Amino acid sequence: MPKITMNVNGASVSAEVENRTVLSAALREEMGLTGTHIGCDTSQCGACVVHVNGKAVKACTMFAVEADGANVDTIEGQAHADGSLNIIQQAFQDHHGLQCGFCTPGMIMSAAALLKDNPKPTEAEIRDYLEGNICRCTGYQGIVNAIMAASGQSAAIAAE
Amino acid sequence: MYNFEFAKPKTVEEAASAMAAEGAQALGGGQTLLPTMKQRLASPEVLVSLTGIDGMVGVSASGGSVTIGGATTHAQVAADVAESYPALAALAANIGDPAVRNRGTVGGSLANNDPAACYPAGALGSGATITTNKRDIAADDYFQGMFETALDEGEIITSVSFPIPQKANYQKFDQPASRFALVGVFVAKTPDGVRVAVTGASNEGVYRWTAAETALNSDFSQAALEGMSGDADDMISDLHGSGAYRAHLVGVLTRRAVAACG
Repeated sequence: MPKITMNVNGASVSAEVENRTVLSAALREEMGLTGTHIGCDTSQCGACVVHVNGKAVKACTMFAVEADGANVDTIEGQAHADGSLNIIQQAFQDHHGLQCGFCTPGMIMSAAALLKDNPKPTEAEIRDYLEGNICRCTGYQGIVNAIMAASGQSAAIAAE
Repeated sequence: MYNFEFAKPKTVEEAASAMAAEGAQALGGGQTLLPTMKQRLASPEVLVSLTGIDGMVGVSASGGSVTIGGATTHAQVAADVAESYPALAALAANIGDPAVRNRGTVGGSLANNDPAACYPAGALGSGATITTNKRDIAADDYFQGMFETALDEGEIITSVSFPIPQKANYQKFDQPASRFALVGVFVAKTPDGVRVAVTGASNEGVYRWTAAETALNSDFSQAALEGMSGDADDMISDLHGSGAYRAHLVGVLTRRAVAACG
């Protein structure tokens, strides 16, 4: 089997994977990073969003061999070194941005990608950017509020 | 999905030779191909990744046109042609969702020619030229029906050249679950006349709405299209919308696109 080496959350990691292994499966099953969730496995739900070379992608819809040599950032690398939550994670906790938590890793990684490109998004821009992230608890208002707060803006009040 | 051999060539020549293998299939961003392989609707024996070929990624503008490498992602197109060809940038910026746009490529979209994809409307509406490792193909000759193109077996889209129209606009009526176009209309006003390309609607895939082009050539205004709609008999009819509904949308979206052209 091909051996791939990636820089995952700042550490070099190698694994042997089949060509058909998708990145989400490699992260979870070969590297033990089960924070990246597999919801639909068809690139609809966004629970598996990670960053590959700084870009948000759906890890279920990319082969692990395509990420050979890449920098990969997952939810496990988001907290600070001392274990405290980063600003987005803390905002999700403070603003009820999660209920069951299944979609949360993807939501956090999408939010991080959005705020990197657009540090002060409007509520409409946040909703547009999260088009590919589905929350089955339908907790979108809390999620949008959390991202508004993480970007230093007062949280939206009215639901759409 | 079934397993396969994986090739990641560095040059177009290496890619072409890898594509000569039995059961070989080009891999762009994989946003359609991976789900298709998971469902075992496709089971290529060799996947030839095109995203590692430097010469196939990037955008250049010169002489009134923009040329986009075949392996350039939608996100990069949206950013890099925002000034030179805003209507095309807007089209690219509204494909799928952000994570899909960071992987999906213009060459992959055109090679697949999904009947509801956005890029076929942009390419046909603009009168683009599709360049492969073998030849140049005019968009008017390229699209040959649902999922059918002029590409030969193993042929690779290396770049696509879009002439920049005087005015252009793309109107997409989203199918919110798939994020494809339920109907999409690209209108371009060029020195050689108006072009209207419709995606998502016809059983034959993307097509030029010539009746609307004729009307707009004599009067480029919404009023020139008053009362016109697509031909419901030719339209896709499914649980998302009847043929009559799509035919109506073709007229509405074309008028909106003309209005947005200003």
